[in-house]
Amino acid sequence: MEQVASRESGAGEAVAVEFRDATKRYPGATDDAVRGLTLEVPAGEICVLVGPSGCGKTTAMRMVNRMVEITDGDILVGDRTVRERGPAELRREIGYVIQQIGLFPHRTIADNIATVPRLLGWERERIDARVDELLGVVGLEREIAERFPAQLSGGQQQRVGVARALAANPGVMLMDEPFGAVDPINRERLQNEFLRLQAELRKTILFVTHDIDEAIKMGDRIAILRQGGRLAQYATPAELLMAPGDDFVEDFVGADRALKRLALMRVSDIDLWEAPLAFPGQATSEVRAKLDGAEVPHPLVIDAERRPLGWMSDSDLAQATVPAQPDTRPDPVVELDDVMRDALSDLLQAETRYSPVVDPQGRLAGVLSVEIISEFLTSDEALVEEHPAPERPLAEAEEAG
Amino acid sequence: MNPGVAAHLPLAQGDDFFQERSDTGCVQENGFFCAQWAFENFDRYMSPLLEHIVLVSVSVFAGFAIAIGLAVLSHGRRWLVPPLLGLTGVLYTIPSLAFFILLLPITGFGRTTAIVALTAYTLQIIYRNVVAGLANVPAASKDAGRGMGMTDQQLLWRVELPLAVPELVAGLRIATVSTVAIATLAVFAGAGGLGDPLLKDITFRTNVIVAGGLAILLAIAFDALLVLAGRVASPWRKVRPV
Repeated sequence: MEQVASRESGAGEAVAVEFRDATKRYPGATDDAVRGLTLEVPAGEICVLVGPSGCGKTTAMRMVNRMVEITDGDILVGDRTVRERGPAELRREIGYVIQQIGLFPHRTIADNIATVPRLLGWERERIDARVDELLGVVGLEREIAERFPAQLSGGQQQRVGVARALAANPGVMLMDEPFGAVDPINRERLQNEFLRLQAELRKTILFVTHDIDEAIKMGDRIAILRQGGRLAQYATPAELLMAPGDDFVEDFVGADRALKRLALMRVSDIDLWEAPLAFPGQATSEVRAKLDGAEVPHPLVIDAERRPLGWMSDSDLAQATVPAQPDTRPDPVVELDDVMRDALSDLLQAETRYSPVVDPQGRLAGVLSVEIISEFLTSDEALVEEHPAPERPLAEAEEAG
Repeated sequence: MNPGVAAHLPLAQGDDFFQERSDTGCVQENGFFCAQWAFENFDRYMSPLLEHIVLVSVSVFAGFAIAIGLAVLSHGRRWLVPPLLGLTGVLYTIPSLAFFILLLPITGFGRTTAIVALTAYTLQIIYRNVVAGLANVPAASKDAGRGMGMTDQQLLWRVELPLAVPELVAGLRIATVSTVAIATLAVFAGAGGLGDPLLKDITFRTNVIVAGGLAILLAIAFDALLVLAGRVASPWRKVRPV
């Protein structure tokens, strides 16, 4: 029992995964499936393998747990070469999630999740407790434990797939298009949930996708592979978007890479504007005085806790004192934590140029405008294409990334 | 043919099991079905019926065990499947009377001979179905099982065979029903069964109907039992999305 427990804690620690000139050549094939892949995934990070179909990304991933045998070179999982490990024993230490999920249709959800702990010979009470815990971790209700996979929705099945992979607390996870089979709305939700989970669990994850947007969203680092399993570029998402290594990467990343960078940034990463502030009951003459030369040409009414109440209209300004309920509601209100792309989308949808930004307590932190975003985009583009000198939002974006 | 064998065949025995059919008009006239005679003489069919049940149960169970064994043997050795299907197919084509006679020098006259032959007939159906069932196991389930560290044997026993249960049960049902029918010929191997009373007076309609009817009812009962067993063994199949 003690031995098992220590094994689990050992397995639970995230370890680095290192490809050393790893090559896969299938007999009779003219080209290598993966050629001389060298990259290191630091412990606790998500490395996304991305590329067009047939680029060898799945093959590269499957070499890590010996589902595909290496022809040449080596792969190290936590400083130990996989070539000398027993495949079954190695695989029990590495979480495994595939696009088709591959739940066992004849086993209940609880039994599915218990697969690896049973293979490791855990005691029954420990398995039951772990299954219960994992259902909570992936946000599933306990009642579904005794159901069969066919009784679950696609999104629920995918959560079970993730729970099953996490069951024996592996340090490393392999995920092959794990959200590829669910509809876009659920995919987005699953991605967000998984990122939240990963922020706590800090596993070392190899994540395969063909979708560059997913790669940018999920990856701490992205490895872009091209046909024949050759590494085109290995970089953080921000680096990749700012400085694609060659034409292939630039093409693959897409012409809208400036827009994509918005998905990487949060509102807090950017310098916000300030609006002239007004408090209910204040004399409008004081407010009018602040309007001259203000970045935002409309006064924003806030309460004593600095919560935005609304924008003052011209008729509000014509009155003697600031009303507690101004004519224009403050919506949309964005949060500092919001992703920039979503904030822009909120602004466009509300057909407004300005929106108050609040901190997690709901207090005003500044004002976001369409101009700030477009300035950011154009300065960025100019910066990457012509002047390589770093300027303000870039450095911040990288820190945040 | 061994002349001793012919002497054993029931038709040549001149049994007087049903000779006393003269008491009522129906029996004397050999009517379509004499209910009273059937009722009064029903106990004469009980021991042949029990023999029949034993013959079928033992043969199908042995066939099931051997077919699973063959499936395990040919699992991961896919080149073995065609020759095994061929071999069991050849067994299936041997006419039953010829099979009994071929077996006589080895297993002798009696139940063993009948069971060996009946078992051989079930192999083709059960093995073919198990192979089909294993082939239908979702590739993703196999990949996930292997990727989580199951050995080939663990994958076979914990994932592939359980998922092949529906096809296996379908095979067992066909094999059982056909074995009930073929087992009426076991009497030629000296193994009794419902073929025994049937052949003792094949001209007496009521006898043919009672013996034949019991065989039909037995087949239906076995089939229903297997359907039930199949449901118990594959609870995941009757679930509906909630």
